[in-house]
Amino acid sequence: MSTPAVTAMQRGLQTCEVCGLLSRPLPGEHAGRCPRCDGELEFRKPDSVQRTWAYLIAAAICYVPANLLPVLTTTTAAGAESDTILQGVVLLWSPTGWPLSLIVLFASIMIPSAKIVAMIYLLITVQRGSIANNAQRIRLYRMVEFIGRWSMVDVFVDAFTAALVQLQPLMSVAPGPGLFFFAAVVVLTMLAVESFDPRLIWDAVSVKEVRDA
Amino acid sequence: MPDNDTLLPHVPESRAVPKKRTRLSLVWFIPIVAALLGVWVAVTRILAEGPKITIVFRSAEGLEAGKTKINYNGVEVGLITTIRLSDDHQRVITTAQMEPKTEGFFVEDTKFWVVRPRISGATVSGLGTLISGAYVAMEIGRAREHRRDFVALDTPPVITGDIPGRFFMLKTPDLGSLDTGTPVFFRRLQVGQVASYEFEKDGQLLNVKVFVRAPYDQYVTPNTRFWHASGIDVSLSANGLNVQTQSVLSVLVGGIAFETPATGPALPPAEADTVFTLFNNRTDAFRLSARAPQTFVLVFKQSVRGLTPGAPVELRGIPVGEVLDISAQIDAKTFEFSAPVTISLDAQRFGVKIVDMQPGADFATVRRQMFDSLIAHGVRAQLRSGSLLTGAMLVAIDFFPDAAPATVDWSQTPVQLPTVPGALEGIEASVANIVKKLDQVPFKEIGGDLHVALAELNQTLLSGHRTLDNADKLIEPNSVLGTELGNTLQEVSRAARALRVLADYLERHPEALIRGKTGEAK
Repeated sequence: MSTPAVTAMQRGLQTCEVCGLLSRPLPGEHAGRCPRCDGELEFRKPDSVQRTWAYLIAAAICYVPANLLPVLTTTTAAGAESDTILQGVVLLWSPTGWPLSLIVLFASIMIPSAKIVAMIYLLITVQRGSIANNAQRIRLYRMVEFIGRWSMVDVFVDAFTAALVQLQPLMSVAPGPGLFFFAAVVVLTMLAVESFDPRLIWDAVSVKEVRDA
Repeated sequence: MPDNDTLLPHVPESRAVPKKRTRLSLVWFIPIVAALLGVWVAVTRILAEGPKITIVFRSAEGLEAGKTKINYNGVEVGLITTIRLSDDHQRVITTAQMEPKTEGFFVEDTKFWVVRPRISGATVSGLGTLISGAYVAMEIGRAREHRRDFVALDTPPVITGDIPGRFFMLKTPDLGSLDTGTPVFFRRLQVGQVASYEFEKDGQLLNVKVFVRAPYDQYVTPNTRFWHASGIDVSLSANGLNVQTQSVLSVLVGGIAFETPATGPALPPAEADTVFTLFNNRTDAFRLSARAPQTFVLVFKQSVRGLTPGAPVELRGIPVGEVLDISAQIDAKTFEFSAPVTISLDAQRFGVKIVDMQPGADFATVRRQMFDSLIAHGVRAQLRSGSLLTGAMLVAIDFFPDAAPATVDWSQTPVQLPTVPGALEGIEASVANIVKKLDQVPFKEIGGDLHVALAELNQTLLSGHRTLDNADKLIEPNSVLGTELGNTLQEVSRAARALRVLADYLERHPEALIRGKTGEAK
């Protein structure tokens, strides 16, 4: 470890996330505009940790009713039936339908909770200035970010079903209150991922390197 | 002003505290809003939580935890959440989560039952459950005491909800083809149903609970008769062949009919749960008196063949009672056989009015006096053939002015009424009388005399025969008598002709009587 790696922030420079231009902020200012592309310039995303926490906590709160309230109300000649996500998983679980059941289980229950847990882990390690497993943590972050765009599948399926299955009076499907909370969980986790600045993971490393040097 | 630095050279500088940026991001509104939403949902959920009740079933057939609904008048009011066996494995204990604001439903006499497809006689119910699966129906009671644990009914009640109408109890020794839901007819219109039936404690009678819908329940008075209207009632009685039916439906599935006799007094509608007797058929219903009939004993010394319990007692053709019982007795001293026949008489019941009854007079006394005077006037009971076709007998009460005088001993129970021999019996007696008299005729002597008489008759006939032979000879064609007779007749003929000529002439010439024949003179 001869010379410590240098980051733009250490040199008081800001990188434009849009065009990659390095620029020096005005004295006393933390934010500005890119002289080339007029993109917003910051050293790090403002209040990243705090915002991420806020979104995560909101997502965690919404996760509870999302799983307890019914997401779909099916009205047939036999009567109305409301099912929560977990009931849907149980309902689909059959010798032939188990793959579908597993998909629902992963996409709708495990992944949102995994996202929340992963983000909490990242936030705690960043706040503690941990430098261990940096490579793994950034990989985890990327995975969470990648998965996020697919999390709305459930919501879309339900929305489509509700719109298409309207065979009054034989059968009709209506979304339940759980669906709104589920959508909220997905949106909030995506916002949390978005507001988290992965560069914070490496800032601790830089600080340590500087100190060591 | 002295220099501070010179006066206090060692005063340290205060440490500049950098302005701490305590900016709380607005983003925290999001978790706060989420938390508030979550709390709100939780609170509404908890508030929306209705009461939990326990229902015990005999069998959980068709029930499914988390699926089976509890309906009240078609409105879903709850859900069976758990199903488990009782500790002794005999029953099924279910818990149900009810909708909010249903607390008032669960009182002492609230009833639950499982609705399954049922086809019972006239009614097909619960067809919807073929598709939707069984559900639990309930009826809210009217009691005030609240409770949370119930035992479900084994069979659904026929009458549910607040259908206006009244229940009546019918007592019958035989259920016949009745079942819960069997229709009740009034003038062949279905106005109610059998709600339930159960044995009395001693097992002798069945109590059938029927429900009569409003407004037809007002036609049930204390005087109303109920009878089995099941199937086709063909009876062969003293009155001949009798066929009674209600509707086609009742022919197939049975039924109960009721009617109030038009002749009875107009009574107010019967109270709910009034007890009635369920008669076997309409005839019975209208014949038998349900109130306090007077029983009498008639002792007949003739054969009572053809007389059966239930045979009518008629007063000049008007039914006034019926035969209850027929027995036999032998007088130990005279060895005389007789048949005491118990009858019930209630003339009033059959519309026979007692004239001249003093208002307020004791009915029993009046009746006693009436019977006394009737019997003094020759009223007697008699066995009569009711139908030549069936040979059935009936008891006739009629006036026999020639009957031997008799009195009624009112100290006996039942009171014995005097009888006279029946019409056939009377003929028999007369024939016997004749035979008896014939017996006294000295047929032997008569036979001997007859023999002698016959011998004489033979001689007489022989002589007669000879006489006739002689006569024959006299009148045969070549006899002297015949010829003479012929001549004589010719002479008479000629004389007659001459007489006619004379008469003609006289008619034309009446003066000839005086002047004589003049024409020849010309």
